Amino acid sequence: MKSKAIVTVLGKDQVGIVARIATALSANKVNIEDISQTIMGDIFSMVMLVTIDEEITPFASLNEELKSVADASALQITLQHQDVFSYMHRV
Amino acid sequence: MLIDSKEILETVGMIQEQRLDIRTITLGISLLDCGDSQPSVVQRKVYDRVTKLAQNLVKVADEIENRYGIPIVNKRVSVTPVALWAGAVPEHLLDIAITLDEAAANVGVDFLGGYSALVQKGMTPCDGALIASLPAALSRTERLCASVNVASTRSGINMDAINLLSQAILDTAAATGELDGVGCAKLVIFANMPEDNPFMAGATHGVGEGGAVVNVGISGPGVVRSVVAKLPDADLFELAEAIKKTAFKITRVGELVLRQAAAGLGVAQGVVDLSLAPTPTQGDSVADILAAMGLENCGTHGSTAALAMLNDAVKKGGVFATSQAGGLSGAFIPVSEDLGMIEAARSGVLSIDKLEAMTSVSSVGLDMIAIPGDTPAETIAAIIADEMSIGVINNKPTAVRLIPVPGKTVGQTAKFGGLLGEAPILPVHAGSSAAFVRRGGRVPAPIQSFRG
Repeated sequence: MKSKAIVTVLGKDQVGIVARIATALSANKVNIEDISQTIMGDIFSMVMLVTIDEEITPFASLNEELKSVADASALQITLQHQDVFSYMHRV
Repeated sequence: MLIDSKEILETVGMIQEQRLDIRTITLGISLLDCGDSQPSVVQRKVYDRVTKLAQNLVKVADEIENRYGIPIVNKRVSVTPVALWAGAVPEHLLDIAITLDEAAANVGVDFLGGYSALVQKGMTPCDGALIASLPAALSRTERLCASVNVASTRSGINMDAINLLSQAILDTAAATGELDGVGCAKLVIFANMPEDNPFMAGATHGVGEGGAVVNVGISGPGVVRSVVAKLPDADLFELAEAIKKTAFKITRVGELVLRQAAAGLGVAQGVVDLSLAPTPTQGDSVADILAAMGLENCGTHGSTAALAMLNDAVKKGGVFATSQAGGLSGAFIPVSEDLGMIEAARSGVLSIDKLEAMTSVSSVGLDMIAIPGDTPAETIAAIIADEMSIGVINNKPTAVRLIPVPGKTVGQTAKFGGLLGEAPILPVHAGSSAAFVRRGGRVPAPIQSFRG
């Protein structure tokens, strides 16, 4: 089952953030549909719309993978099905 | 992107920094058909029903947590009030209590509510047996929560029941004396008890609720505080509007989780209860919202007005956000579970009298209040009667969860641990209420109940 989800990344700007996350996503057959990214001062923030095939990569395991990337790079990475955002921000 | 980055990061901030969470997913289970004249049959039916229906509760909650990235802090179960269906075996209620406790442990929930009775107009022998068993039931189980509805706008206030329960509260405190009377933290006395409340200790599965239902309690005092803190110059009208919009957003997450939980468990959708329910962790305090609104401390003049506005704005935003708002839905003021309230209690600013006023405009009652261990039963009864009157006259649920702490008094602190927190002991009035409460009987239903 294919699901759309949002990945957010927040943390201190450093070389290789986008590469590391894109690699982790690609290794899990997750397709990146859209990216928005800003750097304010030295805080890096990125929002990605991705498509996950849950039969190949369940949310739980992708969460684990992203958590290791986050821990290794002192970043905050969240992964959430897009319904959280459409429920909250649209009537 | 359909949703823009600013909105996405706002949501992420609510969860990661402001402690937005699903406070509980509570599976309500009917035990109405579990009565039998054989106690062992009753126990088996109860155990099988709970463990079968709730076996996937924790798993489904974990999946939702993973999928939507929102913490689900507690998974709980509520059942039909025991006194309603165990009437054939009133001498075996303690065994049923222990069985319910074991079933809760088996499915991995931390609390199971419903060891309860409804006595607003009178008591059956089973009701009386349940009340008498409370000290044993609450000291010999870990996860079981009990409640008794002693008053309603339609029926009045059962003072006889209140007198029995005030002694039961003291006995329960004594039975859990080494833990500062923590048994009393699992007992709630209600007026106008809701049938679909997912929060403990007063959660029960009401009689009209069907076979199994899931109710979601969502909480976000930190989120509301953050919004209020960003508007130091807003007038009260604008502030109310901002709180209302925030409550809407918070409740929408509850709605999503409710739908997913019902689908995952194969049960009916119950309600979303949007209650600002504090926990004793930093950044999760209702008292801090009042401080951000402009009150130097919780309990000073203006606290009732601020809480009234907050409670109302929360309800308005919540009601639009879900197809079925219910439970308690509003602002909670449990003293031991809110760091700001603990501080206000410790410094003497917050009194039971002020808390009582605040309960008239918020959604719970005199909650998690520690009082001196030598408080007379009649004084406890009078405190309960006061709070029940507020609920009955104003046609709203109110409740009392008082903990008389054995061997401790004002100036000391009761320590319950975990989500139950700790509570500085609050003073009670010395003037005796004994002659009043000892009259007993029932306060008749007020005129406003005649709505036919």
